[in-house]
Amino acid sequence: MSVLVFVEGLNGEIKKSSLEAAAYGSQVAQTLGTSATAVAIGEVHEEALAKLGEQGISKVLYDADSRLNQFVADAYVKVIAKAAQQESAKVLVFANSNIGAAVGSKLAVRLNGSLATNVTTLPKTDGGQFVVTRGVFSGKAFADVALTSDVKIIAVKKNAFEVSSNGGSTAAVEKLSADLADADFAAAPKETVMQDTDGGILLPEAEIVVSGGRGLKGPENWHLVEDLAKALGAATACSKPVSDLDWRPHHEHVGQTGITVSPNLYIAIGISGAIQHLAGVNSSKVIVVINKDPEAPFFKAADYGIVGDAFDVVPKLIEAAKALDK
Amino acid sequence: MKILVCISNVPDTTSKINFTGDNKEFDKNGVQFVINPWDEYALTRAIEIKEAKGGTVTVLNVGEADAEPNIRKALAIGADDAIRVNAHPKDAFFVAQQITAVAKENNYDMILMGKESIDYNGFQVHNMVGEMLGIPSVTPAFKLDMVDDSTARLEREIEGGKEVVEVKLPFVASAQQPMSEPRIPNMRGIMTARTKPLAVREPVGAEAKAEYVGYSKPEKKGGVKMIDPENAGELIALLRNEAKVL
Ligand SMILES: Cc1cc2nc3c(=O)[nH]c(=O)nc-3n(C[C@H](O)[C@H](O)[C@H](O)COP(=O)(O)OP(=O)(O)OC[C@H]3O[C@@H](n4cnc5c(N)ncnc54)[C@H](O)[C@@H]3O)c2cc1C
Ligand SMILES: Cc1cc2nc3c(=O)[nH]c(=O)nc-3n(C[C@H](O)[C@H](O)[C@H](O)COP(=O)(O)OP(=O)(O)OC[C@H]3O[C@@H](n4cnc5c(N)ncnc54)[C@H](O)[C@@H]3O)c2cc1C
Repeated sequence: MSVLVFVEGLNGEIKKSSLEAAAYGSQVAQTLGTSATAVAIGEVHEEALAKLGEQGISKVLYDADSRLNQFVADAYVKVIAKAAQQESAKVLVFANSNIGAAVGSKLAVRLNGSLATNVTTLPKTDGGQFVVTRGVFSGKAFADVALTSDVKIIAVKKNAFEVSSNGGSTAAVEKLSADLADADFAAAPKETVMQDTDGGILLPEAEIVVSGGRGLKGPENWHLVEDLAKALGAATACSKPVSDLDWRPHHEHVGQTGITVSPNLYIAIGISGAIQHLAGVNSSKVIVVINKDPEAPFFKAADYGIVGDAFDVVPKLIEAAKALDK
Repeated sequence: MKILVCISNVPDTTSKINFTGDNKEFDKNGVQFVINPWDEYALTRAIEIKEAKGGTVTVLNVGEADAEPNIRKALAIGADDAIRVNAHPKDAFFVAQQITAVAKENNYDMILMGKESIDYNGFQVHNMVGEMLGIPSVTPAFKLDMVDDSTARLEREIEGGKEVVEVKLPFVASAQQPMSEPRIPNMRGIMTARTKPLAVREPVGAEAKAEYVGYSKPEKKGGVKMIDPENAGELIALLRNEAKVL
C-alpha cells in the first residue's frame, strides 16, 4: 500500500499546484505509515523530478513517452493506473486542475474509487474512517466527506497547502512504461496553444493576483494593473465586463462564469464587487479593494480598503512595491 | 443530431447558504433554485447546433420533483423533451451512473454538460460519464463546432493555454464561457414548454462512493481596515508586516 501523487509539468518544471499535491500526498503517507510515490509524464527535467524529495516524495515513476507532452486523457489515465497498480496505491492525489480533476474522475471509474475534488484539509482517519473537507457552494461553505471505497482519490485545491522548501533529500527517479498504443491517442489534441505568460505566473496558480474592473476606464490604462503585478510578482485578472469588452482576454476573467482563484492576496482595482465576481475570488486569504466609491459592495468582503481614485492610488502602490526588498 | 444536455438544479449565486439539523443538511428554505449557470451554455449551444443541423435536444436532470420548474425552463429555452431521473442524488458518482444508464438506451450523438455544478463544485460528472461510456470527454470546452456530420471540433482550456481537439461522435463535453450566449425564454417558448414531454423514470441501482457527513462555513472576516489614499504606500507595508502575504 502506498500513496501515489500525479505531478504535472510545465516548461520542464513541476507546476506549483502539483508541488502542493506532492506535499499533501507525503503528509497523508505519513499519517498512514507508508511512503509517497509520484508519477510524472511528458517533458519534465530530471532534476525537477528528483527535487520532489523536498516535498517528501521518496520515488518518482517517470514515463518519458514524447506523445505524452500534450494532455491526452486516455493515455494519462493508463500511465497513472499502471503506476497505481505497481505501487498498490490506495490513495491517489492530484492537483485540482483541469488536467488533474479530469484524470482523477476517470480513474475513480476505472479503479472503482471514491473521489473528492477541491479538497482543503488532510484526511481525518480516526475510527477507520477517511474524511476530508472540500469547498462547496462556490466558496460559501465546506463539506466533510467520508470516502468509503477501498481506493481514495483526492484532488487538492490550489494554494490550500504549503510547498515545503527545506532542501533535503532527493527522490529516486525510475522509468515507467505503460506500453501505450496508438488507440490511446485517438482523442489527442490537434494543437496546443500556450499563452504568453510573461513572468511565468499562471493565474489559476498565482499566490498574488492584481485584478482590474470597469473603473479603469479602458485597456490603455492596464499598465497600472500590469506594473503593480510585476512589482509584486503577481498574475493579472479582470472582471467579466472587462473581458466582454475585449479590454482583456477571456482567460483572465474571474467569477461565477470565469475561473475561480484562491490566492494569498487578491487586489481588486475599480471593481464593484458584484456577487458573481465574489464567487470566483471569495476564498482568497487576503482581499484588498481600491475603489473611489465608499459604498462599493466589495469593501464588505475586503480585509484592506482604500477609497480613492485608482489613477492616483495605484502609482503610489507601484512605487512602494518596487521599494520592497525581496 | 441527437443531443443530450444534462442540467443540475442549484441555488442561485446570490443565495445565502445555511445548514440545518446540526449542520448535517443543506437548508433549502428561502433558496431560489436556477439551472446551473454553466449548463445554460451547453443548452444554448445544443439548441444552436440543432437549429443549424436539425435533430433533437433532450434535457436530463437527476433530481427530485422540485427541479421540474427549471426543467420546464430548459424546455422553454428550446429543448424538445426532458427526462428526470427521480432520485435524491447522493454524490457525483451516483449522478454519473444515472446519466450513463439513460445514455446507453438512447444513442445520443453528443452529451453536453456544464463545466461544474455550482453547488457541489465537483467538476467530475462529465469525465465520469465519458469513462463509463468509453467515449471521449472534452472538458472544459469554450468552443464547439461541427466539422462535418461525424466530427466536432472543440477548444478546451488547460492551465496556461488551450487545446484544439477534434473528436468523432459520440462524445461528452462540458461547457464554459464563451461557448454561447445563454438565452432567455420568450413567451411562445414558455407556452409550448408546458406541453413538451417530460418523462420521469426511476433510478438504476447505483452506489454512492462519497458520504456527506457535515458542513461548515468559512470564518467571518475581521472587518475591513481602511487606509488613507494619501498614504496609499502604507498598504504595502501592512501587507508585508501585518497580513504577511508579501
Ligand atoms: C449570470 C451572471 C454571471 C456573471 N458572471 C460574472 C463573473 O464571472 N465575473 C464578473 O466579474 N462578473 C460577472 N457578472 C457581472 C457582475 O454582475 C457585474 O456586473 C460585474 O462584476 C461588474 O464589473 P465591474 O466591477 O468591473 O464594473 P462596475 O460594476 O461597473 O464597477 C466599476 C467600479 O469601479 C469603480 N470606479 C470607477 N472609476 C474609478 C476610479 N477612477 N478609481 C477607482 N474606482 C473606480 C466604481 O465605483 C465601481 O465600483 C455576471 C453577471 C450575471 C448576471
Ligand atoms: C449531499 C448532497 C445533497 C444533494 N441534494 C440535492 C437536492 O436536494 N436536489 C438536487 O437536485 N440535487 C442534489 N444534489 C446533487 C447535486 O446538485 C449535484 O447534482 C451532484 O452532487 C453532482 O455535483 P458535482 O458538483 O459533483 O457535479 P459536477 O461534476 O460539477 O457537474 C458537472 C456537470 O454535470 C451535470 N450534472 C451534475 N449534476 C447533475 C444532475 N443532478 N442531473 C443532471 N446533470 C447533472 C451538469 O451538466 C453539471 O454542469 C445533492 C448532492 C449531494 C452530494
